[in-house]
Amino acid sequence: MRPEQEELFEQEVEALIQDILTQYGYDFSGYARASVYRRIKRFLGQKHLPSMEALRERLFADSFFFENFLQEVTVNVTEMFRDPTFFLSLRQNVLPILSTYPYIKIWDAGCSTGEELFSLAILLEEEGLLSRTKIYATDINQKVLRQAKEGIFPAANMAAYTSAYYAAGGKREFSSYYTSNYGSVKFNAQLVKNVVFYPHNLATDTSFNEFHLVVCRNVLIYFNRQLQERVFHLFDESLVSLGYLALGKKETLAMSGISSNYNAVDKSNRIYRKLN
Amino acid sequence: MQNDALKLVVIGGSWGGIQASLGVLKDLPVNYSIPVVLVLHRLRNQEGSLQELLDKKLPLKVVEVGDKEPVLPGHVYLAPANYHVLLEKDHTFSLDDSELENYSRPSIDVTFTSAADVYGKNTVGILLSGASRDGSSGLKYIFEKEGLVVAQDPAEAEVATMPQAAIATIPGCRVMNVARIQEFLLALHEH
Repeated sequence: MRPEQEELFEQEVEALIQDILTQYGYDFSGYARASVYRRIKRFLGQKHLPSMEALRERLFADSFFFENFLQEVTVNVTEMFRDPTFFLSLRQNVLPILSTYPYIKIWDAGCSTGEELFSLAILLEEEGLLSRTKIYATDINQKVLRQAKEGIFPAANMAAYTSAYYAAGGKREFSSYYTSNYGSVKFNAQLVKNVVFYPHNLATDTSFNEFHLVVCRNVLIYFNRQLQERVFHLFDESLVSLGYLALGKKETLAMSGISSNYNAVDKSNRIYRKLN
Repeated sequence: MQNDALKLVVIGGSWGGIQASLGVLKDLPVNYSIPVVLVLHRLRNQEGSLQELLDKKLPLKVVEVGDKEPVLPGHVYLAPANYHVLLEKDHTFSLDDSELENYSRPSIDVTFTSAADVYGKNTVGILLSGASRDGSSGLKYIFEKEGLVVAQDPAEAEVATMPQAAIATIPGCRVMNVARIQEFLLALHEH
């Protein structure tokens, strides 16, 4: 795009963000723009839409199309046991402490299509904690929540997931957790028996419970500093004293207003513990 | 006068790219006036030893890109393993873990394109050795925004595929060997 076209595009995106808020109630104003621009351009290309005007027409005439847009513009790329050392650290440093509670509550915020959720559930199962743990799995997008509940993932990914599982300290045959069929695998539904799935928007919704562990990885990178700060306070309100907060490998609590009340349990894996 | 802090040098490399980028950057002074962003393909899930290696060998301070951190002169910003690097209008970085591009994350195309959207004609794109096609469409995008674009001389590159792809895609692409690219960067500093 020419510089003036780029500027026009950016103005159109701002107008669209306003109208999405009015019409559908989703607030993207605190999203980091570089990614939003890139995702919208990509979506225009995928759907062969010639202009932002054409996109607007479809979005506001068709709520299914909007749901699809929501899924594409918010990044839903995820994998099982992403950063195996993180999951190993969770297993070694956090779960033994959580095991001292009679009942454990975990919030998987921005659970997307469920790969991280099933990884967590497997970890809890192997540490003997799953039956007394309740996981709240939330995402902005109802479509990915439905997928997460299914626990069906492409079989082609299993080789990579299997080695990540063992690197994360996996104790069993990874294949014992799923059955294969037609190029995909379905994970044992028992793993998510105690999981509550529901839509929650980190940009606008409030705290809804108290947790011993909040896991929110690679979600905050898509937000600007102000929205990141809002979400940090939301997590702070949602954690019990001595509760844990786990972020993505490149996300940090260091710059936030709540950091003085947190200790880094594992700095390189971004696991923090609330002091009081 | 154009503030050099509002220019950006973006360098991409793959196979052979580490050696080439060391050559390109090794004599840039510690107070080099233009921030440098370096996107090198690397193994996924590999930890940060590359940053330490580069930092030891270069006068400039080499850091891994941190999310929402400011883009400052005197730094070489290395794209972290497994994340794309984007530039924001307020001259901060954003990280992104979306789909691989050209089988790569970080992808050179992603950063080149995003840099050109923010820095426009003040973007300097340099594509080094590599056995990939990543980078050439991003370099073309910088060129279309009237930024400066350079490909490493394929005759010198350890693997010529990547610079060759750029030269074939961009008629106005400058072609230089590592020594010339370094002189070119030094000349930008002196202005």
